[in-house]
Amino acid sequence: MRQIATLGAAFFALLPVYPSVRLSAQSLRVPYQSFTLPNGLQVLLHEDHSVPLVTVNIWYHVGSADEKPGRTGFAHLFEHIMFMGSQHVPTGEFDKLLEAAGGDNNGSTTEDRTNYYEDAPSNALPLMLWLDSDRMGFLLPEITADKVDLQRGVVQNERRQSYENRPYGLAEENILQRLYPAEHPYHWPVIGSMADLSAATLEDVRGFFRTYYTPNNASLAIAGDITPRAARQLVERYFAEIPRGPAVARPAPPGVQLGADVYATLEDHVQVPRVYDAWHTMKAFADGDATLDVLANVLASGRSSRLYRRLVYELQIATDVVAFQDGGRLDGKFELWATARPGHDLTELERVIEEEIQKLAQAGPTPREVERAQNTFEAQFLSRMERVGGFGGKADQLNFYNYFVGTPDYFQKDLDRYRKVTAVEVQQAARRYLVDAHRVVLSVVPQGKPELAVKQVVNP
Amino acid sequence: MKATLAIAAALLTAGPAVRLPAQAVDRTKPPALPAPPALKLPAVQTATLPNGLQLAVVETHKVPVVDIQVVLDAGAAHDPAELPGLATFTTTMLQQGAGRRGALEIADEAAFLGAQLNSSASYDAASVSLHVPRRRLEPALDLLADVVLRPTFADSEVARQRELRRAQIVQLADNPVAMAGIAFPAIVYGRAHPYGRPLNGTEASTAALSRDGVAEFYRASYRPNAARLLVVGDVTLAEARRLLAARFGAWERGPVPAVPQAAPPTPAARTVYLVDKPGAAQSVIRIGHVGVARTTPDYFALQVLNTILGGAFTSRLNQNLRETHGYTYGAFSQFSAGRMAGPFVASASVVTAKTDSSLIEFLKELRRIRDAAVPDAELAKAKAYITLGLPADFETTAAAASKFRELLVYGLPLDYFDHYVERINAVTAADVQRVARQYIDPDHFDIVVVGDKSQIEAGIKALNEGPIVYRDLWGQEVK
Repeated sequence: MRQIATLGAAFFALLPVYPSVRLSAQSLRVPYQSFTLPNGLQVLLHEDHSVPLVTVNIWYHVGSADEKPGRTGFAHLFEHIMFMGSQHVPTGEFDKLLEAAGGDNNGSTTEDRTNYYEDAPSNALPLMLWLDSDRMGFLLPEITADKVDLQRGVVQNERRQSYENRPYGLAEENILQRLYPAEHPYHWPVIGSMADLSAATLEDVRGFFRTYYTPNNASLAIAGDITPRAARQLVERYFAEIPRGPAVARPAPPGVQLGADVYATLEDHVQVPRVYDAWHTMKAFADGDATLDVLANVLASGRSSRLYRRLVYELQIATDVVAFQDGGRLDGKFELWATARPGHDLTELERVIEEEIQKLAQAGPTPREVERAQNTFEAQFLSRMERVGGFGGKADQLNFYNYFVGTPDYFQKDLDRYRKVTAVEVQQAARRYLVDAHRVVLSVVPQGKPELAVKQVVNP
Repeated sequence: MKATLAIAAALLTAGPAVRLPAQAVDRTKPPALPAPPALKLPAVQTATLPNGLQLAVVETHKVPVVDIQVVLDAGAAHDPAELPGLATFTTTMLQQGAGRRGALEIADEAAFLGAQLNSSASYDAASVSLHVPRRRLEPALDLLADVVLRPTFADSEVARQRELRRAQIVQLADNPVAMAGIAFPAIVYGRAHPYGRPLNGTEASTAALSRDGVAEFYRASYRPNAARLLVVGDVTLAEARRLLAARFGAWERGPVPAVPQAAPPTPAARTVYLVDKPGAAQSVIRIGHVGVARTTPDYFALQVLNTILGGAFTSRLNQNLRETHGYTYGAFSQFSAGRMAGPFVASASVVTAKTDSSLIEFLKELRRIRDAAVPDAELAKAKAYITLGLPADFETTAAAASKFRELLVYGLPLDYFDHYVERINAVTAADVQRVARQYIDPDHFDIVVVGDKSQIEAGIKALNEGPIVYRDLWGQEVK
């Protein structure tokens, strides 16, 4: 075959070069080097010369869980403001300079963190680090109230496009506010409320930046067609002078205790109703987290899953069914939904869902079901090794593991969690976290038809 | 594993850093960059199986996964005019029983192998694809061969999938973006042209789906002489040929229907088509008309044009509607180049109260790109974005497969991407203006807006950009 060659191949030969990783099912490795600048910025470097690209991926350890009352959605609004220019990068130039260098970029916000990446040909690394260091060190001089207003408008349109104007799009925030108590940082959605977005001020931007957008509250992963020595020099050149910020205090979240089943109804612009069940479970990587991923797979992943077979294939009373364990850094939930076919009601669906959960809690999954789920996860892990950049590429994953478990190259250990899950554990998890626990049952029904909601007879 | 493992086992530390110069780094201007790395794309190798079935193989041995595509000339452009949705339904039915396995067993086996088995159709092609870890390749290929060569099309499964599709069609009317996705091509092309018919059918055509119809469509079009195989990933050409010849080498040739042809509709004067969606938080806007075929010699100039207009984040439409005015989360444009001339479309979802203002800005940009030559810096940025961004499109097996698949569907040469950069770089500002004037025609725009009529109609009328007519989500007149 023709290898992908790079301009720098001869030059790189003088330095230690790690051959591109050839993976087997027995070993997933992403070799990396790490160091921490005196200002606290943690840096992770991973070489992969298979394509002449480099990615710069920064995680700021701040998300919607850090928002103050009355300012929901602010962490994500701030993410947008990070693209509005900085002291040495006039507004609009961040994107233009990157595109002119053949690059792409994006950012995203969750409850727990905000990440940013730039992907570009490997010669553009100095530009990417210049841009990212300028907004880490010198954002505020360029940010005005007008620019905050503009991105507030964009974000409010994001909320309209992705939530309000999308069928069932407001279900999630209705679940969160019932599952987590008001003082819990997962009580509100990342996108926030329209009113809170409207209330955000330039002073909020300044305070948030000084508190959270500091080198000591971030980690920087660079992956792709790099030499670690040269990359380290560039990182030091651009980031070393940025001053350390205050230590970030994060109070432990309050405990979550759902004392009874909670039934709720949301009227939406839809023709057919959908039922959501949500249970409080545990945070990511805690005991049971991978087991619940396997449980979700057995219940509702693909056409061979139990609930798809019953609801969609055999009984033909639903059009779809979805289940997942959603573990964050602080807490987690297990969620399941199914959409009724015209003429079928949610109580009918909920009864079947309950039956299948009970069956799993009593008899557990078959060995083949567990192995099938494990094989599916393993294949997903493999495919995630194909890309260095973007969301979910190797650099993003190094930052993810670093933040969630403290070990950037946790790929194989993460897969091992799934390989270790047994049928008995899945059975016990179904009992403990679903059958024996209370849940939020949200019925999303057509406007003016609350009578289509689930009747409260299923799980007394 | 191998040498990598020993190195990876320990946490490495980078070599000693070179001391920083005493003065602070100069941040006042962007750093000068060295020349970009040379672009080298993976090579395409070819082979022909005994039955004439052609095979293209792209070896990439970075990660032990393989992506396989069976690409068939069995797209929705072959649908009978009265039965839109048949081609896509046939691809759905491939997986509902094949060989000795039933529908659920196929799904179970694919998941057990960690394989993603997908079958779908666009207007121009049907494809059945497999993405699987290398070590499970052979049993996964057995499954793929069953699905492509030995579908059973049981009556009960046809009925089951037909009913599921009927329920899904009901839900379309809940989603304004999905509504626009059906209404816009229906309005631009009309039902007389294949590109104007809904890919997944209508209520009536879905009700008419039958076992015989599916089996006949399959028999007519699923032939090796109307198919190509594409393999990208951790296999060699020799392996791929051996594995695929054993499974697809006896597939019987047969007469196949001619490639569908249809004349584009006569362009109508600019008109606003309003699809009412009471209570919508945004208006979904689609503006355009018939565009170009994939094989147009102007393709490269159009790629540059579209990147400037609406193909990237810093394109004019997004800069204007999002970054200047905040009317939307994103505004874009696209030439969907097909086997026949596909649509040109500019699109955004905008806040209801700014529907008229958004249309003003859309039309302003769509006229400006014709009226004035593109400045050099903007042209250079667009060309660099396209050419330097090309390697990223080939980074993963699935991404590379989708790029090479395009060559197979549109009959383009397999070394096409080797010349891509030089052709983009040859595009001049004059070329961009010429193709803008030729292929973007504001006098004949179909402007489709899915939104809350009671909130937006008066503002649109006041724009005086054409008559307003009312349509449903199928693009049909509303009395």
